[in-house]
Amino acid sequence: MGNWYRVGAEQDLGTPLVAGESLITLSVDGMEISVPEGTSIMRAAALAGTNIPKLCATEDLEPFGSCRLCLVQIEGRPGYPASCTTEVSEGMAVRTQSPRLAELRRNVMELYISDHPLDCLTCPTNGDCELQDMAGAVGLREVRYGYEGKNHLDKTKDESAPYFTFDASKCILCSRCVRACEEQQGTFALTIDNRGFDSQIVASQNDAFDQSECVSCGACVKACPTATLTEKSIIALGQPDRATVTTCAYCGVGCSFRAEMQGDQLVRMTPNRDGHANHGHACVKGRFAFGYATHDDRITAPMIRDSINDVWQEVSWEQALSFAASRMQAIQSTYGRKSIGGITSSRCTNEEVFVVQKFIRAAMGNNNVDTCARVCHSPTGYGLKTTLGESAGTQTFDSVMQADTIMVIGANPTAAHPVFGSMMKRRLRQGAKLIVIDPRATDLVDSPHVRADQHLQLRPGTNVAVINALGHVIISEGLEDKAFIQQRCEVDAYEIWRQFIAREENSPETLEPVTGVPAAQIRAAARNYASVPNGAIYYGLGVTEHSQGSTMVMGIANLAMATGNLGREGVGVNPLRGQNNVQGSCDMGSFPHELPGYRHLSDLATRTQFEKAWGVKLDAEPGYRIPNMFDAAVDGEFKGLYIQGEDMAQSDPDTQHVQAALSAMECVIVQDLFLNETAKYAHVFLPGSSFLEKDGTFTNAERRISPVRKVMQPLAGMAEWEVTCALSTAMGYPMSYQHPSEIMDEIAQLTPTFSGVSYELLDELGSIQWPCNEHAPNGTPMMHVDEFVRGKGFFAPTPYVPTDERSNNKYPLLLTTGRILSQYNVGAQTRRTENMAFHAEDVLEIHPSDAEVRGITDGAWVGIKSRAGETVLRADITTRVQAGVVYTTFHHPESGANVVTTDNSDWATNCPEYKVTAVQAYPVSNPSEWQEMFSKFHAEQGNFLDQRKRKKPVTTQS
Amino acid sequence: MTVQTDKLLRMAEQITANMAYTDDTEVVAEKIADHLYRFWDPRMLASLKAYNKEQAESLSPALAAAVQRLERAPYS
Repeated sequence: MGNWYRVGAEQDLGTPLVAGESLITLSVDGMEISVPEGTSIMRAAALAGTNIPKLCATEDLEPFGSCRLCLVQIEGRPGYPASCTTEVSEGMAVRTQSPRLAELRRNVMELYISDHPLDCLTCPTNGDCELQDMAGAVGLREVRYGYEGKNHLDKTKDESAPYFTFDASKCILCSRCVRACEEQQGTFALTIDNRGFDSQIVASQNDAFDQSECVSCGACVKACPTATLTEKSIIALGQPDRATVTTCAYCGVGCSFRAEMQGDQLVRMTPNRDGHANHGHACVKGRFAFGYATHDDRITAPMIRDSINDVWQEVSWEQALSFAASRMQAIQSTYGRKSIGGITSSRCTNEEVFVVQKFIRAAMGNNNVDTCARVCHSPTGYGLKTTLGESAGTQTFDSVMQADTIMVIGANPTAAHPVFGSMMKRRLRQGAKLIVIDPRATDLVDSPHVRADQHLQLRPGTNVAVINALGHVIISEGLEDKAFIQQRCEVDAYEIWRQFIAREENSPETLEPVTGVPAAQIRAAARNYASVPNGAIYYGLGVTEHSQGSTMVMGIANLAMATGNLGREGVGVNPLRGQNNVQGSCDMGSFPHELPGYRHLSDLATRTQFEKAWGVKLDAEPGYRIPNMFDAAVDGEFKGLYIQGEDMAQSDPDTQHVQAALSAMECVIVQDLFLNETAKYAHVFLPGSSFLEKDGTFTNAERRISPVRKVMQPLAGMAEWEVTCALSTAMGYPMSYQHPSEIMDEIAQLTPTFSGVSYELLDELGSIQWPCNEHAPNGTPMMHVDEFVRGKGFFAPTPYVPTDERSNNKYPLLLTTGRILSQYNVGAQTRRTENMAFHAEDVLEIHPSDAEVRGITDGAWVGIKSRAGETVLRADITTRVQAGVVYTTFHHPESGANVVTTDNSDWATNCPEYKVTAVQAYPVSNPSEWQEMFSKFHAEQGNFLDQRKRKKPVTTQS
Repeated sequence: MTVQTDKLLRMAEQITANMAYTDDTEVVAEKIADHLYRFWDPRMLASLKAYNKEQAESLSPALAAAVQRLERAPYS
């Protein structure tokens, strides 16, 4: 594909794009230009090709007008206005250069430089410093004031933050960092303390950065025009020499980044201003936590072993693939064609997922394919397909900026989808109303300049009761959009739902004892959502990871349809997808009952299309889901599993059951960057490649397909898609592609919603939201505009069925699990970065009253026991959780959070009920029995890995 | 009873409970049968059918009716 994706430096037009309705024509240094009304002179000039000197202005932030460097002259107006804060007007004639302007700018620069270290040659931002650039631009040749006067050169440097330093001696007080923290991130961690000469930038209450409210998103670092805020990687390595636009491999926001390189070394990830999902913003993970990609723990040579009690043996790719293929074939020969299967990864590219499911269906000859979306958003697929007709969110992220009421259900966007969380906060600061439905008091409930109008702090497991109560209020108070329902929905189904939801059993008053939410709050929230022009719902795993996850998704869709909140900007049903490519892995046919594009296997026309393209007969019946595979393995019926980029031994519920299932299999093949928890049960380890080492695409939560671009060669020599193809070939079904673009071409050929997608179009547009086909050649930002994908919207009845997982005297507390900002999923990536400084261990959040009656003290060891198992964590006593509820994360394997979670799951999809586990908590002084076994097993497997190079490669044998 | 069968029964009853928004057992049974047919591996269906033949009385009526439907066209 050549250098089709290489890019130069970002151009900064000085002030943000303004969406003015009419065009204004002006002249800049005699050159005529037309720009939208409301545009600044600075931006108009930049668009005309004239870069007016500036220091406090940047396109990422609102204009501030403090540096006085961007002064211009306007014909017919007195003085020298700042071009960043002066809007264009019709017929305006602007002069950006004159002897007087040059003099004024030099005078300003003289003052700046008189209080700035003159260490440019040894400064880490030498060559990437706007102060340096501006000194050159204004022709500064001398500083008449000298350097001996009162200055700030002896200010100390704060190096406490893991990824950047703050050198106050280099600060010019432009306040770009303060404004970036406010406008972009919404954390308000930075401020200017004191006045006049004593003014200084401080974090929180003049704290060290690592002790402040700073969340290390890096917005301030990017905004800083000097070396005051500088990435430690730049200080250590110097400036990059090239940049490639690619897509972050962390959460489902799918931020676009410029991977800045020195040769094959990544020195910095900078959020891409043109990124359609993130618009130049980032979070601590995507911006800084990329060190895992080249961590010493990476395994870069294939390994095999006969038994999990053996030392690993490094072998060639050919040996490993031959070993794996012959083992899988032997299992099929002994136990049958359906005795093996595979798992696709939501962390891998669409192209890699596609070839894995093709490999399983075509080479293994069965449909035992599933994906980690099973354990997160499979209810979204079921629920939205049933009600709206498509298994995906309805809007762009940008749509939230037109919402009047935002309802956030079971999601913690500022932690799990931080860049979108910041955008949402921006809209809330503009005045949108906020409803939070969550057992915990998340950041959104009460944070600087953001406060929920209603926080429905329900009991875990009662989501459906709450959504039904909201629906009941809307119907009983006549808040529904009758015209929308009549025109857009199946009227008969609506009538059935209306009668169901109007029953007294669904009233907020009746359900108050169940949900724990005061009826008045429910009524206020329903009115809040239904009475505004635009009501938008955003939800996360707090909706899906329940025994009624699918019911709840349908309940959300019902609510949106009943109020007409679909099919335009500012509204919609928006699942916040967990991992970077959860949407894509589902799109690509990872579920055992459907082919790519969410088409059921029983559809003969679709199956025939794939059979012709792939030259094989496909099994027409669904295969096993992940939990079915584990159950069948324990029963001795399922014997071989190929797992790409997934760590089920840590991430899936009821860990001991998962371990038993993996131990019972005769061939477990793990393809990953690291020897993860699952790989400790593997017989074959195939090294994976990071997102930096391959081309491909990810699809984010807004259906946006974004390019992933190779910036360095695969450390193990092959990308995942190449390895899967080679394994398939070794098993007798040859697969061969020269480049992932060819895989995308096959996806487009076989998938109606992707038929217009190609790498060429992605290069042209930057990203594409599917469906992209003859009806929507440039993609579809918003779905269901004039009609639903299924035609008429379907109201599905949503009876509340309490979970089987109940608290009782033995297990009186309800455990709910979740995520935090700095760690990602099982932590395999983020635990191998400096993010460990933010979250070194999982803790158990427990309410003060629950802690007190149990004699649990803050920071002490506490045992947590459920019907599934027992583990030990440190206690974090907090009112973030309500009495009766405890909370933890699962980012560290030794925590054993999923030893405690049970196998109870969503009725429709088997998505595990991570959010409700009945437990008891009590003070302890020792690790749990499982944790001691884990430590022993971990050490043993570590030795098997450490000893691997002492063995000579063995000849492959079956 | 195997691990799998035990869980299958629990899952099938959960499906039944979530489909039971009406008292019309026939409607509910049809929806359950359709769901099982579309999403369950045939081996899981076979286990359920086998169990139903021996202990139908221990299943909820709508589920038992649904499993019987799975023995007929268009499901079989």
